[in-house]
Amino acid sequence: MPYTPHTKSDIKEMLDVIGLEKETDLFSSVPSDLRVDHLHLADGLDEFSTYSKFKNISKKNDVDKIMFMGGGYYDHIVPSAVDALAGRSEFYTAYTPYQAEASQGTLQCLYEFQSLICELTGMDVANASMYDGATALAESALMAVRLTRRNKILIDAGVNQTYIKVVQTYLKFRDIDVEVIQMDKDLTDFAAVEAKIDNTVAAYLFQNPNFFGNIQDFTSLVAKLHESKALAVMSAYPIALGTIKDPGSLDVDIVCGDGQCLGNYINFGGPTFGFMATKQEDIRNLPGRIIGKTKDQDGKEMFVLTMQAREQHIRRHRATSNICSNQNLLALRATMFMSLLGRDGFTQMSNLCFSKSEYLKAELAKIPSLSICNTAATFNEFVIETPLSADVLLSNLSDAGFYAGINLSNLYENHENKVMISVTEKRSKEELDALVAAIGAIL
Amino acid sequence: MSVTQTIFDKSHEGRPGLALPPMDVPSVTLDRTLVRNVKAKLPQMSEFDVIRHYTNLSNKNMSIDKNFYPLGSCTMKYNPKITERVAALEGFTALHPHLVTNNMTDAMQGTLETIDMLEKTLCEVTGMDAFTTTPQAGAHGEMLGIMMIDAYHKSKGNKRKYVIVPDSSHGTNPATAAMVGYEVITIKSDANGAMDFDEFKAKMSDEVAAVMLTVPNTLGMYNKKIKDICEVAHSYDAMMYYDGANMNAIMGVAKPGEIGFDVIHINVHKTFATPHGGGGPGSGPVGVNEKLKPFLPDLGIKKVDGKYEIDHRNGTSIGKISPFFGQYGISLRAITYMTSLGGNGMYNASTKAVLNANYIRVRLRDYFDVPFDGLCMHECVFSAKTLAKNGVTAMDIAKYLIDFGMHAPTVYFPLIVKEAIMIEPTETENKETIDIFCDRMIKAVELARKDPAAFKAYPKTWGVSRPDDTLAIKELNVRSTH
Repeated sequence: MPYTPHTKSDIKEMLDVIGLEKETDLFSSVPSDLRVDHLHLADGLDEFSTYSKFKNISKKNDVDKIMFMGGGYYDHIVPSAVDALAGRSEFYTAYTPYQAEASQGTLQCLYEFQSLICELTGMDVANASMYDGATALAESALMAVRLTRRNKILIDAGVNQTYIKVVQTYLKFRDIDVEVIQMDKDLTDFAAVEAKIDNTVAAYLFQNPNFFGNIQDFTSLVAKLHESKALAVMSAYPIALGTIKDPGSLDVDIVCGDGQCLGNYINFGGPTFGFMATKQEDIRNLPGRIIGKTKDQDGKEMFVLTMQAREQHIRRHRATSNICSNQNLLALRATMFMSLLGRDGFTQMSNLCFSKSEYLKAELAKIPSLSICNTAATFNEFVIETPLSADVLLSNLSDAGFYAGINLSNLYENHENKVMISVTEKRSKEELDALVAAIGAIL
Repeated sequence: MSVTQTIFDKSHEGRPGLALPPMDVPSVTLDRTLVRNVKAKLPQMSEFDVIRHYTNLSNKNMSIDKNFYPLGSCTMKYNPKITERVAALEGFTALHPHLVTNNMTDAMQGTLETIDMLEKTLCEVTGMDAFTTTPQAGAHGEMLGIMMIDAYHKSKGNKRKYVIVPDSSHGTNPATAAMVGYEVITIKSDANGAMDFDEFKAKMSDEVAAVMLTVPNTLGMYNKKIKDICEVAHSYDAMMYYDGANMNAIMGVAKPGEIGFDVIHINVHKTFATPHGGGGPGSGPVGVNEKLKPFLPDLGIKKVDGKYEIDHRNGTSIGKISPFFGQYGISLRAITYMTSLGGNGMYNASTKAVLNANYIRVRLRDYFDVPFDGLCMHECVFSAKTLAKNGVTAMDIAKYLIDFGMHAPTVYFPLIVKEAIMIEPTETENKETIDIFCDRMIKAVELARKDPAAFKAYPKTWGVSRPDDTLAIKELNVRSTH
């Protein structure tokens, strides 16, 4: 499909106006020795052939199993209303709201998004989204370096390992020291972190619940950090914030995380979005787009992009970040998702995840040769250990119709027989019981 | 009633929201030292209330599907609906990235095939040797490109400090250089709008890591000295970075890799019709030649005995910039579009994009100042500086246009043109629409001569008009306090 509307007479009329004879003359400013003849690619396809081709390719993926994998990407419900609203072309074929008057729809949605993220995290201010949870954590580390003018980042080994790697990549080119603080078994070793805090540390990055699902109380550690004027940066799982204490109440300085779970499909990891929220006094160091409310020339309320002097299109090499886009459409989906669930629904959904996970954990614990590894309370993810290698267990369960969890032996040393299981509100008791039965049958 | 009634203003205590799956296991509570005691103050709405609220908000947007949207440098082309249908296939949307962690590659052969198709197609279009789809936006791709360049220099023991950019560049270029720890040297543009070649040669040294160029540049001009610039840079072992923001002009016409560029990023939402989404999602695949291939990020794909496998890149790789394969669903839309368009369609798209832009350039050149004359590529840049003498600015023209069903062009960019108006019609607009736009632009000039004061009232049809940006910062209000 060419998707161009030009008729032969259009082309001729337009070339006449321009003063050219033929279409190839349009490229006469490109030096002839740089010109190529044609692309060695297949010719275009009609819509229906295109669809069949990709439909067939999609069948080469196997997604027809009951999902118990998490690790940052969760199988939560995506309400039809989210697809319907975000599928409106008024949202998805608009662009960055440079002309505020003709973009009040997008701008107000983002203002509501920022407000909802603040409510969820207990923080003062939020930006209009980042790329994803991993890059939001890296940007949080850079923000902490700017705020403290210190050059050392501590990162807890309980943070999602792929996030740690992304943070390390971002920071190594800036000569910022990154030290990974090892855990005590599967928990943050508070004494080990405290021992590392001094006046050279910009921030300590942690995740709660941590990658293994454990929930800990970081209140006194945050206070210790503040005694040394170091910042606390927490990576959060938004759905868990319906159950566990909000980071704002712990006096955390920067909260970030991934928003896939808020109304977005898993999609092999993207498109998703990241969020960042902080304290009012630190807003000038927040990267990314920020939407504000103001008045128009007649005194009417309206929304605009604000504090743009932080951003690359104005400040160029002195900007807070090189980020240009926000993950707008995904942030919009999250706004709609949170509004649809509402105050009580969000809490209820979070509790469904927690309660179903607790049920599955208790049922699995009854299998004699299986043990639950977590040494603290968990939210909706936990780690099991069996006499079988994780590879063998997971492949047997895959044959039985389950993606039963994440193989931790491929991420950590000495985790040969450990699998991490995640439970969402979508898993019925029937499915939970079926997984228990399947594991019981294999062990 | 305030114009800006938010979702929080519409919340009603006790109104139930979306129904959730049943609690079919015992409901339990978390230990009281860890549990959240106060619920997050999300709104309380019915599903239909939410639908109506956001549907009404959507009507307050201009969008490609409703309006001509000639926003320069943004390539606001039609987004074919087939890409959304393909991207919604459950076989793609439900695939979990940690299947990579589990080494369950049998379960993801379809997705890996689409990534391979995209990488190969982009290699052919750009003339590069390898691509990665891990960068999550154009600027993220730029960052990856400069990181790989840094790794290249370190591997050769080169000590480099600077990145060169022209003064017409996108802001992301210098911001990216700084993000990776480089200092920026800015080269001014010459009388033809190209990076000044003599100044460039004078500033070039063996302390320069890379030269970042947008081709065609942000003035819509093709730099005739491009090959010479590559040669000079390479003589110092500096890398040539191609900002692919303007690829829509040259598909099937010239290939950056063959010209001599070492690395390129592509903004798929521009050239390859993925949704602009009101400002995202982005996706910024990056292509490299053999010199930079060893530094590609983790993860990649490879084919072993006819089967796709994950390539966990170690050793010289710069590491991870994304957990898995970036914003995969956007890559999928891009390759769907490219498959539908085909090689012939790509050349046709670039031709028509350049045809439309030049038609506008010629129709309007007698009415506006033309900072750099001559054939343009896919966009043309005018200046409203003469009108400014009457007190009418580029912003005034923009605010006038949005009252006539068309989005404004990009204004005040590139920064080197006073009162810049940057117009990119794209190939998917028909002649009638473009004529209506040109006629309206001419009417704007006539009005500016006759009654310049009239502009200050525009726009008049959007309910709000001309935000007070200073007030927005002075009385910062970035969240609802319901």
